[in-house]
Amino acid sequence: MAATKKKTIRTIPQRRTSAREQEPAARVKNFTEVTFAYKAEEALVEAERCLMCPDQPCVRGCPVGIDIPRFIEKISQKNLRAAYDVIGETNLLPAVCGRVCPQETQCEGVCTVGDTLEPVAIGRLERYVGDTAIENGWVNNPYIEPNGMRVGIVGSGPAGMACAADLAKAGCEVTVFEAFHQPGGVLRYGIPDFRLPNAVIDAEIENLRKIGVRFECNTLVGRLFTIAQMRDEMGFDAVFIGTGAGYPSMLGVPGDSLNGVLSANELLTRCNLMRAKDFPNVDTPMPLGRRVAVIGAGNTAMDAMRVCLRLGAEKVACVYRRSRAEAPARVEEVHHAEQEGVEFHWLAAPVAVLDDGKGSVRGMRCVKMELGEPDSSGRRRPLAVSGSEFDFECDQVVYAIGTNANPIIGQTSKLRLDKRGYIATDGDLATSMAGVYAGGDIVTGAATVIEAMGAGRRAAASIKAYLGLGDATAEASPQRLFGIPSGERNYARVRIA
Amino acid sequence: MSQVQLQDFEIVAREDLSPATFLLEVRHPLMAKAARPGQFVIVMSHAEGERIPLTIADFDRERGTITLVIQAVGKTTREMQQGCSVGSTLYGLVGPMGVPSPIGHARKVVCVGGGLGVAPIYPQARGFKQAGAYVIGVLGFRSRDLVFWEDRFRACCDELILCTDDGSAGLRGLVTEGIRQAISQHADIDEVVAIGPPVMMKGCADATRPHGIRTIVSLNPIMVDGTGMCGGCRVKIGDEVKFACVDGPDFDGHKVDFDDLMTRLRRYRSEEQAALQRWSEQCRLLGGR
Repeated sequence: MAATKKKTIRTIPQRRTSAREQEPAARVKNFTEVTFAYKAEEALVEAERCLMCPDQPCVRGCPVGIDIPRFIEKISQKNLRAAYDVIGETNLLPAVCGRVCPQETQCEGVCTVGDTLEPVAIGRLERYVGDTAIENGWVNNPYIEPNGMRVGIVGSGPAGMACAADLAKAGCEVTVFEAFHQPGGVLRYGIPDFRLPNAVIDAEIENLRKIGVRFECNTLVGRLFTIAQMRDEMGFDAVFIGTGAGYPSMLGVPGDSLNGVLSANELLTRCNLMRAKDFPNVDTPMPLGRRVAVIGAGNTAMDAMRVCLRLGAEKVACVYRRSRAEAPARVEEVHHAEQEGVEFHWLAAPVAVLDDGKGSVRGMRCVKMELGEPDSSGRRRPLAVSGSEFDFECDQVVYAIGTNANPIIGQTSKLRLDKRGYIATDGDLATSMAGVYAGGDIVTGAATVIEAMGAGRRAAASIKAYLGLGDATAEASPQRLFGIPSGERNYARVRIA
Repeated sequence: MSQVQLQDFEIVAREDLSPATFLLEVRHPLMAKAARPGQFVIVMSHAEGERIPLTIADFDRERGTITLVIQAVGKTTREMQQGCSVGSTLYGLVGPMGVPSPIGHARKVVCVGGGLGVAPIYPQARGFKQAGAYVIGVLGFRSRDLVFWEDRFRACCDELILCTDDGSAGLRGLVTEGIRQAISQHADIDEVVAIGPPVMMKGCADATRPHGIRTIVSLNPIMVDGTGMCGGCRVKIGDEVKFACVDGPDFDGHKVDFDDLMTRLRRYRSEEQAALQRWSEQCRLLGGR
């Protein structure tokens, strides 16, 4: 501990250090990142704001239990390499999580400083450390003694990446299978460049390759080979399934199948993974809307809206059946979308998509809502106000109303599924097949990147135990890894009707 | 099998079946082992390419290859016609996708293929024959000089009805004429399987509906990922919305909303035309065709 006099809430910098951003008017014309990283001096000021309180609620608020005060202390000591190593003990992807975690409901939401002042900008500090590590090519690259065990991982998103990292570090030979032609899962196809640049994902994947993880793309597990074949014929001693919950929900209102109605998944996959924003320099076309309505108010909805603005839409509207307070998106994303000119229709739900007579969208009919009693999610249930229908003109409608379990693994294996089609697991994330584990959205339903990573790490600990690999420290408390109340855990699951 | 290598898929044979139709045999031993009739793949010919769904026309487990038959109609497929030579590679190839066709207990089936559907109906016809069914093949081409794979079909069909638009080979008329002939000569047909352009499959479903013969069609909507993630391939089947990639591609032809499918297939028409035009101009500039 540095020999400094004890900090108090009065002695620390009172105001949270703001992160510089591209001006809204400029950034809606490009796909480069909206928020800039802290400069060294900004990071030092913000690090000063951590009280180093003994209670450390932030650590409990983090789904993977990063030792937050300790990495912030290392920043204060200007030892960024050490700060990176501290984060690396529990979190593999600081540059990603610093950008995409909903810190306001996790670490920053419970920060002691936040009781009196604005909380310490933990996410921005984490990103600062992660970016510095990428710039300098740092990697936590320990000597690894191979243990002869082979593990196959299905899906290269955050759950698979986290699981792969832990097992590779334990000496397993790890192969990650991905159906797309590039690894990264939702980080690659879902989150746009202006929020998470591809270079960051590439760097994180490269770090995994450096510790021996193999990535095999173009592989649709279930159909090319089954989970049972991986275990029984292909020589994998254990398997982890982290395929996510990518099957998009459609609204089920009249006009759903009109041209111009699409899922946010389709819009984002075309734009991010297939680079369709560069059409015709790439071959995948991009559906362009002049006036776009996006249904839903989660992070995916915000991403879709901001992509449409950048593609040149004149007007983009968000239609959400609850009020702003219930919107599941990160606060920063709603704020950014608003700055960029998104028009919000809170307390409105779609009733029908209107046909232009030629099979395309000409508008949308909505009904006003009011909030009633709380429902099972703890949020107040929206109820339609009778006779309050209204129409508005648009030529594109994007559904960002949540996703369901992908059916392929279920169709092609005997794994036990729950009622909603997600893979059933026990407390150790073991499935009904011996040696086969699952975690992330394919178990819990749509959640966050960091929760998926937490599940991947937890499954890795269980797999190590299953394979008889002694590594007691890896056995973290499940309570802490999923330290979010179960009601909030699925908060990103927004569904209408 | 400890090492799998799943990138840059080598083209080991090519055959030009007609001026616009060509066949590629691609090395992929794992997929050759896994593929079953009715399934499809997604191909990306190069890193900037689009992902296009193509039905698996054949697979050879011994040679470790799958066969694709491609109609050069748009930018991507014409570019492939020009560039895919033996020894070159495809950047991406993923599959087999979709639920395999149930080659059930039908004793007498009619397998109908027209246009781009001729090749993909072949593994189904062969599958039914291997399962012991009496197989009647009905194939549609524009004219005699576009006919291909007649020998392959004759080898697995008990009867083969060729239909050409101009009557230069077999029956004059569309495949629906062939279906009518088959139905008039066989009162005991259990099932009709039809693959081809949507308007053809619609015609087939209409032809069998009055006779109450189970009719399976293979749908080809626009897709991006092919794994159930984008929802672009959603189709209306009776009162339900299904994703062709993971719930299909085979569906009950009597329940499919073909008009909806055809409208949705036009979604990117202007972009498709622009891309093709731009590419053709580039080819001209480069002294190509």
